[in-house]
This record gives sequence, C-alpha cells and structure tokens, in this order.
Amino acid sequence: MANKLISEIRLPKSIANVFSARNISTAKDALSLTEFELMELLDVGLTEVRSALSQISEIVAPPYQTALSLMEQRFQNEHLGGHFPTGLKGLDAALCGGIPFGVLTELVGPAGIGKTQFCLKLSLLASLPTNYGGLDGRVIYIDVESKFSSRRLLEIGLRSFPEIFQMKEMAQEMAGRILVLRPTSLAEFTQSLEQIKVSLLQNQVKMLVIDSMAALVSGEHEQGARRQQTLSWHISFIKSLAEFSRIPVVVTNQVRSRNHDDASRYSFQVQSRDGAIETPMQYDSHLVAALGIQWAHAVTTRLVLEAKSGERFIKVAKSPISPPLAFPFHITSSGISLLSDDGKEVMGPEINAIHCQGSFPQTLLIVTGTCVAMAKNAGHNEIINFGMEGLH
Amino acid sequence: MEIWRLPISASQRGKLISAGYTSLSSLSSISSSDLARELKVSESEAMNILKVASHSRGSETSNASCSIVEGAQSAWDMLHDEESLMHITTSSADLDNILGGGIHCKEVTEIGWSSLSLIVNSVLKYKLTTAFGSESIIFMLIGGVPGIGKTQLGIQIAVNVQIPNDFGGLGGKAIYIDTEGSFMVERAFQIAEACIEDMSEYNRFLRKDFQECKIKMLPQDILENIFYFRICSYTEQIALINYLDKFLSEHKDVDMSLWSQVKVIVVDSVTFHFRQDFDDMALRTRVLSGMALKLMNLAKRFSLAVILLNQVTTKHTEASFQLALALGDSWSHTCTNRIVLYWNGNERYAYIDKSPSLRSASAAYSVTARGIRNSSSSCKRIKMM
Repeated sequence: MANKLISEIRLPKSIANVFSARNISTAKDALSLTEFELMELLDVGLTEVRSALSQISEIVAPPYQTALSLMEQRFQNEHLGGHFPTGLKGLDAALCGGIPFGVLTELVGPAGIGKTQFCLKLSLLASLPTNYGGLDGRVIYIDVESKFSSRRLLEIGLRSFPEIFQMKEMAQEMAGRILVLRPTSLAEFTQSLEQIKVSLLQNQVKMLVIDSMAALVSGEHEQGARRQQTLSWHISFIKSLAEFSRIPVVVTNQVRSRNHDDASRYSFQVQSRDGAIETPMQYDSHLVAALGIQWAHAVTTRLVLEAKSGERFIKVAKSPISPPLAFPFHITSSGISLLSDDGKEVMGPEINAIHCQGSFPQTLLIVTGTCVAMAKNAGHNEIINFGMEGLH
Repeated sequence: MEIWRLPISASQRGKLISAGYTSLSSLSSISSSDLARELKVSESEAMNILKVASHSRGSETSNASCSIVEGAQSAWDMLHDEESLMHITTSSADLDNILGGGIHCKEVTEIGWSSLSLIVNSVLKYKLTTAFGSESIIFMLIGGVPGIGKTQLGIQIAVNVQIPNDFGGLGGKAIYIDTEGSFMVERAFQIAEACIEDMSEYNRFLRKDFQECKIKMLPQDILENIFYFRICSYTEQIALINYLDKFLSEHKDVDMSLWSQVKVIVVDSVTFHFRQDFDDMALRTRVLSGMALKLMNLAKRFSLAVILLNQVTTKHTEASFQLALALGDSWSHTCTNRIVLYWNGNERYAYIDKSPSLRSASAAYSVTARGIRNSSSSCKRIKMM
C-alpha cells in the first residue's frame, strides 16, 4: 500500500493538484518528507499539509486485527495449527508442534553436521500425503551448494516410509513434488526468488528450503556495509514471501571462525569492568554463524546443530515459544533422528554457542546389503554411494 | 513574534516580508482588503493569513497576561500527576524495582533485547509493589541481541497492561505494531493464561472475599484487547503512526473521557524497515525524529506508555567493536528511557542505559514458559531473606 497513488486518494482537488505538480505521486514520496519540507515544496500552509497527510496516512495504514481474531483465523485455516511436524518427537514438542508456518526457521552448524540431511528429510515429509503427517504439496528446494542428493532423498524415504516408497509410482510422485533450483549467482537467486513469489500460491507449494543462504552472500561480497545492503533486501523479501503464503521456510546458515573484532559486549559492560580485574570473556567455541547479527534478528526460530564430546546436538537457540533445549541426535540411513526425546535444558548464552569439538562418528551407517557408505570428504560427511535396491 | 515563524506557505511569507511586514504587530491593524492589494493575492488568501497571524498573536498575548505560561505546568503539579500515575508491571519484580515500579505511561521507553526480562517478574510481586504500572507516559526503548527476549517482553507488556484495577493493574488495552512478523499468537495465549492464573493465586492468598473478586477474565478476552497491526514498509509505519491519533480518539473509554482505553503501544521493532530502505541517512534521521515526536505526542495526549523495541548492531569505537543499539546516535536522544537487555554469564540482565529519573541499575530476569519472571537465582535470594 506504500506505493498507493496520491491521485487515487480523495484529497481536495486543489491540494491534489499541488502534489501532482510537484511530482509527489505516491504515498511513499509524501510520507518520506517532514511536514516542513512539504510546506516548502508544495508552497501551502501547515494546516493543509497536516490534513492532507492525515488523509493519506489513514488510507495507507494497514487495518488492525485483534490477537484473538488472528488466533481464530490461524486455527481455522491452517492445517495442524500452523506448525509442520518434523517427525522428531522431542523437538516437535518443544516447538509447539513443529516448524512454524509463515516465518523463517534457520539451521546453523559446522560443515558436515547434518544440516542438508535435515533439509532433505523435511522436504520429503512435506511432500507426503497428510495422513502420513505431510503437507501434501510441492516443495521448492534452492540448492546453492549443489549438495542435494536425490538418491539420498529416496533412501531416507525408503527407510522411513517403506509402505509409500516401495511402490515405484508413489516414490516417483513424491520425489516429483520436490523441485530443486540451483542458482549459481546472487543475481540468479534473486531472479528465481521473484519467480517463486508468483508461482507459490498457484502451484500448491507447501514449503521452501534454501540451502544455504550464507554460501550465496559470502561468495560474492566481502564482509561489510555492501554485503549488509544486499542481505537486507533478501531478508525482507524472504520474510514477506513466508508470511503471505503462510508456508514454513527453512534456511541454512554456515559457520565461520570468530573474528577478534566480533563484538559481544556493550560499552557499559566494558566500562563496568575497568575498575575490576580484567577478565576477558572466555569463549569455549570459536565458531559463530556466518551471517551476522542483522540476519539473526530476522529469523524467528534458530536451531543450532553442533558436535560436542563426540555427540551431536540440536539446540533450540532462538524461538519465541520454546524453552532453550538441546537434543542429542544422530544420522542414520533413515535420516536424522533424535537419540532421546527428552531435551536437556541449556542455561544462559551457551544455547547460542556452536561447538565443533570431539570427532563425531564419521561412519554412521553400517554397510549392509544396501551398500550404504559415508565417506569423510574434507570435513563433510557426504554420502557418495547408495544401493537403491529397494527401488528396483 | 516574527513573520517567519508563522505556519504559512513559503511564497506567502516571502510576499509579506518583501512588502515590509516583518513582525506580527505590523499585521495587527491592517484590513484584509488592504493586505490583499499590497501582496497581490486574493482576498480570501489575505484573510487566511490574518487569521493565522491573529491566532499566533492570541497565544502570545495570553502568555504575557498570565503569570504562568500557558501550557506550562509547575514542577509540584507534575510531581502530583506522576504520583497518581499507574505503572505497567513487567512481571519481574527485580525489573520493576529498577524501573521505579514498572513502565510509566507518558514516556517512551526503548528496550534493547537485553533489557526485556526486567519487566517480567511475577505479577504477584508486582501487585504488591505496583512498580511499573502507571497512567503516566513512558517512552521507552528496549534493545538487545537476537533471542534475548525482546518480543517476549513486548507481548508480556501487552498482556500485563490489561490486569484489572482491582489487582493493581491498568485495565487498559494494547496496540501491538509488528514490523518483523515475529508476533506469535500462541505465545501471547500462553502468557495470558499464566497471567490469569497468577491473578487467581493472588486472590486466594490475599483476599478473604474470594467469591466477590473471582476472576472472570479468560485468555481470549486478553487477546481480544490486543490490537495487532502488521507493517510491511517504512511508509506504512509512518502512516500508521500518523493515523493512530485518530484511531485512539475513536477507541476512547466511555467512562473516563480523558483517558483512552489503550494504555500501551508496543512497536516491535522500530528499526527493521528503517535499516534497509534508506540510502539517504540524513533523511532517515529526519523521518525517524518526526516519528518519535508524534509518538511522544500520542503518549502525552492519551496518557499511555510507548515501548519501542530496537535491534542491536555493532559499532566501532576506540579501536574496538562493541554492541550498540541500531539507528545511530541522534536516535538515542529521542527516547526518555532506554533499557538494554544482555547476557551476563548464564543469566539475562536488563540494564537501564538512559533515564532522567532512575538510577542506572541492572536486574536479572528469566524467560519462562509462563512469560517473563524474576530470574530463578534471585528468587531464591529473596526467599532466604
């Protein structure tokens, strides 16, 4: 509504003409100026400017809803009360039912921890019919790092839902619903986002996965103001995409080493320490999320995947509804699964730390007749070879 | 008073000055037809100018004739007013304490992510101290790092403002302006439920006439009194704030015509759109300060509290990077109070970064399933005492 034309707002004729004569054609132009600037520019008195502005404002201001009507609407229109179950029981309980619709959910963790595995599982689940806990719709998977493996996808499907994936037509149908895009540059990514916006509602798309956001942005820009600019456009675009189509959006983020200039304290905290013995902050982890603080403000739910003393954990690091819980998980041939559904409560800022210590088991899968092997490849656990016997 | 201060258009002002009218008194005896001839403008325009001029002169002379300047209020009266003001509790007694009882109406408070939890301690405790809830105006800015609990504090305040008068609350309504899409209605429901439970518990302990004061509120009622606006661009944000004046006048309390029913406006967050759509930083500063003035005006006229939530960014000072609230230095002048939420060890703390009347202090809070409460360790301390 910001670009509403002033000529369409029923202002008194005389003032409307003044606006158009000064080339102030949209509400955005008018509201970006202060009252006094407008007086100068339009050459009219304060009262006229005020009354014109209040008329414009009334039309541009969005209507309100009470929180109650908002809630009733959500429960009526949305399947599962607006949450998409991940199939990981403990995590779903912590998240009040699963990944929320209409907002961004971020997965952040070191390379090879299982972010892509989680994304694969989620896309698969979303494509399933509703009686299997899915969303019965298409999934758009933006695969920036070329890590999407359809073999692995089908393997997860076969292991977790053998009754569906043993039928070849069904497997084909489900896999056919997952559309993979592989943009090679930021420009291409931007373009495909704009196309997606158009086709989301028409084509029964029920989930959007972006793996990974960081690869795109860090690939093209150096850190700093320029990068923040490009990023902020994408942040607000993806957020609005999620909101208006009311689908869950899952985005992954990489980690990088902590720079010495990464701030974690306010100036008043530093001052208060001056008198006392200088105790430099002890970081137990040298990793931070690759996209910075502005991005972190934008995601509604952040799940941290980390490895600590030989075990992998998934932590609910930021969420408006969930307590800070950590769940141990592992990755098997049927995809990601929790070792325990009882989360351990994590105290303090520890929930945001990303650990990558202790070698997590590299070979997770027992090589069986189906010939599943995982190989360590430069820090990534990549599944390179699957037998797809179940499908043949 | 001089001509250049009259709220008329630039060309009219130019004509007046070039015709030799520099002060208001020079306009006092002239007729509109003479003025029209002299300025070469239409008669109606001249009449308009004279009307504006006599209006401004009127306010000027009345100032001179009164011993007290019009519109001014003595410090003693202000003190009296402030004492009668109610506070909005944060549900965290510790947080309320450092805020001098809770969030004051008529002020604008900016809450950084780190300060949110201060507000959350138990409603029970709050009722005893009646710290935050006031009908005075608070303009408060709250800021903090992602995940510290800013949105939670915003929701908690929107719920707490509705605690009925019998329980030491304001019994008002709330406006929640969501720029980020982070408002979770499920969470608001949880917090509302917990708030009602706390109230009935308070009833049981402190009132014998349990039957009479039985709580009739349902969480649904609380949600119904939260007006939710979803903002998608900074233009809409400005437009909405311009429009709120009208909205609030339309939603006035029937019994108390002076006070609006809406007692708090929460903006979550004031920053989001302003951080991405602007290339011209000087323009941004002007638009922002215009917006802040309007909010301040609303706070005064309708006796309500304005809570702005702000994001955190990094700032390079004295050869090191530090966290700072977003939107820059000139913006930090606009808020009456500023609270920063931060992590200290394993606890969330709220720190009063700026306030004209409160000592700078910090308090721990925690975010629980029931909302914002005192931090568990400080609860233990209180029990021991």
